[in-house]
Amino acid sequence: MNAQAEVGRSAIREGRWHFGEIAFWILVLACAFAFPSRYLIMADIVRLALFALSLDLILGYAGIVSLGHAAFFGVGAYGAGLMALHGVVTEPVLALIAAGLVAAVLGFLTSFLVIRGADLTRLMVTLGIALLLEALAERFSDITGGTDGLQGIEMQPILGLFAFDMFGKVGLFYSLSVLFILFLLARRVVHSPFGLSLRAIKNNPLRAAAIGVPVNRRLIAIYTLAAFYAGIAGALFTQTTALASLDVFAFERSADLMLVLVIGGTGYLYGGLIGAVVFRMLQEIFSTITPQYWQFWIGLVLVVIVLIGRQRMHRWVLWAPNLIIRQIGGRKAVVAIPESDA
Amino acid sequence: MTSVLTNLFDGVAYGMLLFVLACGLAVTLGLMNFVNLAHGAFAMTGGYVCAVLVNQSGWPFFAALPLAFVSSAAIGAVLERLLYRHLYTRSHLDQVLFSVGLVFMSVASVDYIMGSSRVFIKLPAALEGQIDFFGVGIGRYRLMIIVICGLLTAVLQLILARTRFGSRLRAAVDDPRAASGLGINVPQVFAFTFAFGCGLAGLGGALSAEILGLDPYFPLKFMIYFLIVVTVGGSSSMTGPFLASLLLGIADVAGKYYVPKMGPFVIYTLMIVILLWRPNGLFGRQAAR
Repeated sequence: MNAQAEVGRSAIREGRWHFGEIAFWILVLACAFAFPSRYLIMADIVRLALFALSLDLILGYAGIVSLGHAAFFGVGAYGAGLMALHGVVTEPVLALIAAGLVAAVLGFLTSFLVIRGADLTRLMVTLGIALLLEALAERFSDITGGTDGLQGIEMQPILGLFAFDMFGKVGLFYSLSVLFILFLLARRVVHSPFGLSLRAIKNNPLRAAAIGVPVNRRLIAIYTLAAFYAGIAGALFTQTTALASLDVFAFERSADLMLVLVIGGTGYLYGGLIGAVVFRMLQEIFSTITPQYWQFWIGLVLVVIVLIGRQRMHRWVLWAPNLIIRQIGGRKAVVAIPESDA
Repeated sequence: MTSVLTNLFDGVAYGMLLFVLACGLAVTLGLMNFVNLAHGAFAMTGGYVCAVLVNQSGWPFFAALPLAFVSSAAIGAVLERLLYRHLYTRSHLDQVLFSVGLVFMSVASVDYIMGSSRVFIKLPAALEGQIDFFGVGIGRYRLMIIVICGLLTAVLQLILARTRFGSRLRAAVDDPRAASGLGINVPQVFAFTFAFGCGLAGLGGALSAEILGLDPYFPLKFMIYFLIVVTVGGSSSMTGPFLASLLLGIADVAGKYYVPKMGPFVIYTLMIVILLWRPNGLFGRQAAR
């Protein structure tokens, strides 16, 4: 058997749905039904998870460190808000896709800036783009509402059937379906030959180029896709909360997003989802202890995670589950997080 | 005409201030290749130390300035020994996460201790008002900043270029392995440089309370400015960041004065364009590590 066929077989094996994944989604759905009083916070977690999924695509798979991912989130948020406000596209699903596409166009245009230069330049350029958009949104306050934000957004029923209710039930199931569909798409993408080539680029761009991977084109493609995802996350934010203000572009949003992904782990797609749950729970706990100063504890968590080392922390977390799985399923069934050193 | 000159003067003072604030970062980020987004936190520490000493303990302003330097440098030294040195070899992502975490912690703790409103430092009467110089209004405070920062810059350049420590630092940065082979204590050199840079930031923070404003969000608000100075200025010498900060200072003051509506827009666009045109900075060469 030649090497190529072997790679193909292993990729197909990796791409199959595992038992654990199915259990994860059933658990998510069960949570949505089990806590009817928590719709709002759960919808918030779902949005954050989608946003983190978007960052995972570029950070975990392509190794692009971005400090300004909120740029696309903000564009999506304002895009959806403006469309609803001026009645351009009133149907939420269409508006969602349209807002995502606007963000994707921005992602495509800025990707040319991002693929140039090394890590540090990328950090600066992504951060600069987000700040630039924030300044722009502030400058054109007649369009964006300035520091007050967009006000008076009214959402039409989804597909003309389901109207948004004040308890957030429709909002949650809407967000959850969007997340699931986009997750399926992302899963398909990262297990495709395209996804494999991204991992090759992340590990060693020079070698990837030497074996014939068009490095820049692949990076542009994934960056655009990630921007699309982030735009949709932003649009979901506006649609389910009927709000869009300047803080959608804030640096804190991008920084928090990094923390979400770091808690969950990069490079296996579920990191963002798990991280979003843990992050929001941490935030809840911290803000009940010290309402005004929860940021301190978030910062402490970041510092501790980095000092312990992300790899080591994930090994600790997985130690107990793996012990149990090993007892039941034997040596092979161990859950492992792939190498995720971006 | 005179307003142009006054703006130019203010811009130069602002740029000089930015240089003192950011030159520590030029060494850690530009030379040691450590992405330290928490640099502004040290500046803020210095500013608050000075504010507390002057406003609450009644120290004279000029006596409080050295203490701002010393306290920031001490905190920098402690943090370097305890935390930072473990991260020199880590990936940029880890460094970013770590320093962002530090920024969040510093913002929240200063907010907790000092409150979230803006703090002013009581200036001695001699520093207030303007001097009329051939019809050009020159702020006394800004003149003092230019003098202090100009002297500091000259001293820094001399230390780097002429002293034994300067050559050790340059050797340690160019090739840490070869340098330690020659008997240079590289970690010690780095620790000392880091602490000194933090001290300068603290001094800059104390001086800037009057011009930039001092509140708990200082590290977040000015992070991008420090980063611009370093990335645009490049890292081959002290001159690059110095010219970059002057440019940034003048452009920012002029931008705010002549096109107030555009706000920080000009600066960010300029930065992105320069970074695309010359990824290693205007005056830079490839960093050694």
